[in-house]
Amino acid sequence: MNGEPIIQLIEVHKTFGAQHVLKGINLSIYQGKTTVIVGESGQGKSSVIKHILGLVKPDSGKVLVYGKDINQISKKDLKEIRTNFGVLFQNAALFDSMTVFENVALPLRERTKKKEEEIRVIVDEKLKMMDLEGSNDKYPAQLSGGMRKRVGLARALVLNPKIVFFDEPTTGLDVAKSNDMYRVFFRTQSALGYTAVIVSHDVPKIFKLADYVTLMYQGVLQESLPPEDFQTSPNPVIRDFVEKTMGRIYDSEKVEG
Amino acid sequence: MFLLRLSEALGDHFLYYVNQAGRMGIFLLRVVYNILKLPYYKVSHITKQIYVIGTLSIFVVFFTGAFTGMVLALQGYNTLRKFGSEGLLGSAVALSLIRELGPVLTALMVTGRAGSAICAEIGIMRNSEQIDALECMAIDPHKYILAPKFMATVVSMPLLTAIFDVIGILGGYVIGVGLMGLNEGAYFSSMYKDVEFNDVYMGIIKSLCFGLIVVWVCSAKGYFVHMERKGGFGAEGVSRVTTSAVVLSSVAILVFDYFITSLLL
Repeated sequence: MNGEPIIQLIEVHKTFGAQHVLKGINLSIYQGKTTVIVGESGQGKSSVIKHILGLVKPDSGKVLVYGKDINQISKKDLKEIRTNFGVLFQNAALFDSMTVFENVALPLRERTKKKEEEIRVIVDEKLKMMDLEGSNDKYPAQLSGGMRKRVGLARALVLNPKIVFFDEPTTGLDVAKSNDMYRVFFRTQSALGYTAVIVSHDVPKIFKLADYVTLMYQGVLQESLPPEDFQTSPNPVIRDFVEKTMGRIYDSEKVEG
Repeated sequence: MFLLRLSEALGDHFLYYVNQAGRMGIFLLRVVYNILKLPYYKVSHITKQIYVIGTLSIFVVFFTGAFTGMVLALQGYNTLRKFGSEGLLGSAVALSLIRELGPVLTALMVTGRAGSAICAEIGIMRNSEQIDALECMAIDPHKYILAPKFMATVVSMPLLTAIFDVIGILGGYVIGVGLMGLNEGAYFSSMYKDVEFNDVYMGIIKSLCFGLIVVWVCSAKGYFVHMERKGGFGAEGVSRVTTSAVVLSSVAILVFDYFITSLLL
């Protein structure tokens, strides 16, 4: 693949109550690439992201970000590592008592010493990038699902993070809004060049965004493959998933020798 | 078999509550550490919380104080008259309010009005991943959300208690002097003679401690809503945890009232 991975999960196990959610996960994420984790609902895909973000600690195994095991470092170091992250949560996780502007401005106000005029310029620019001009004074409850996701993305990108996590970015959106979301993703990644980790079950559309695709099945991540290889993988678990979600894939090399 | 299951259940409960107590202890230490840690706060964060927790509680504290003072004067006058000591009504009302009822009732009122709101707000933030979002933005929720609420409650509580005491004394005056015909000078002079600085000091210490109890219990309950044994998810989970926060802090106020009184007397 492309040099050293910036994020690595090594043999990560996690149990919630009686449920063994992650059963020895291994995953590598590479700089500037988009890795998509697919799988059916309830397989533990979002748990993988929460482990990388340091929101959940594994029962065993290592989560390395830029070579540091985030479960062995101090809170201060973890905070430092998190300054590289931007996260779009499944439900956007906007602060409901703040306006759109205040939501996007929050990381700038709390993490930088920028003046209010500078903050206004940056926030306006990010909202424009998301096609959200004129929504500054609205509250999250006054926005549609798609707009909320785009505000969440604007907030995630406002400090130009190096790695952006997307937890089900198109869940709950209709086809047109999902396509909008993908367009915004393309635009922002080309402009900002971030590494992306996407959890999704929007197959096959999500393959268009991916450099690597990996399947979460019964608490285990299958190998990480480029989308074309993923679709024609001989791995029976991946093949079952592909056939279930996309129908039978015709591979001329295999069929015709 | 029954005994085995009983001891298992008891052990399970015991471990759960020890775990919860430990979690709340660490939570308090973390908030206090964040209060003391640089950089300090934007003044607007604290003043906003003082307004929400303190200023908006004035109305309810005003009415509770007035009627508590009035009923104290009514009961006190009729009791003291049996011993021919009506002149002591002022000091009886003032001492009861300053040492005991002022801090306790103010804390109970703040628990009901602001404590429940703190718990529900933080619980909803937890359930809608807003707290996770803060952590991922490298903004410590202990500093950003909790520390201003802690400071505002601890600052507001003695001030609200003082308002309660003053309004209560005036309520007692209205009933004692206005309704029962007690001499105005006797009401205030007995108060002046019997109320000492130690009484006021006890009231202030109590109100500071109760302020800490209210904000600690209510915010910790909301913050750990997702770890609740009966399931802290959704609106029902937040409502259940809010009820339990109000009950727990009210009981804790009364229990600590006894211990603080016995220490300071």
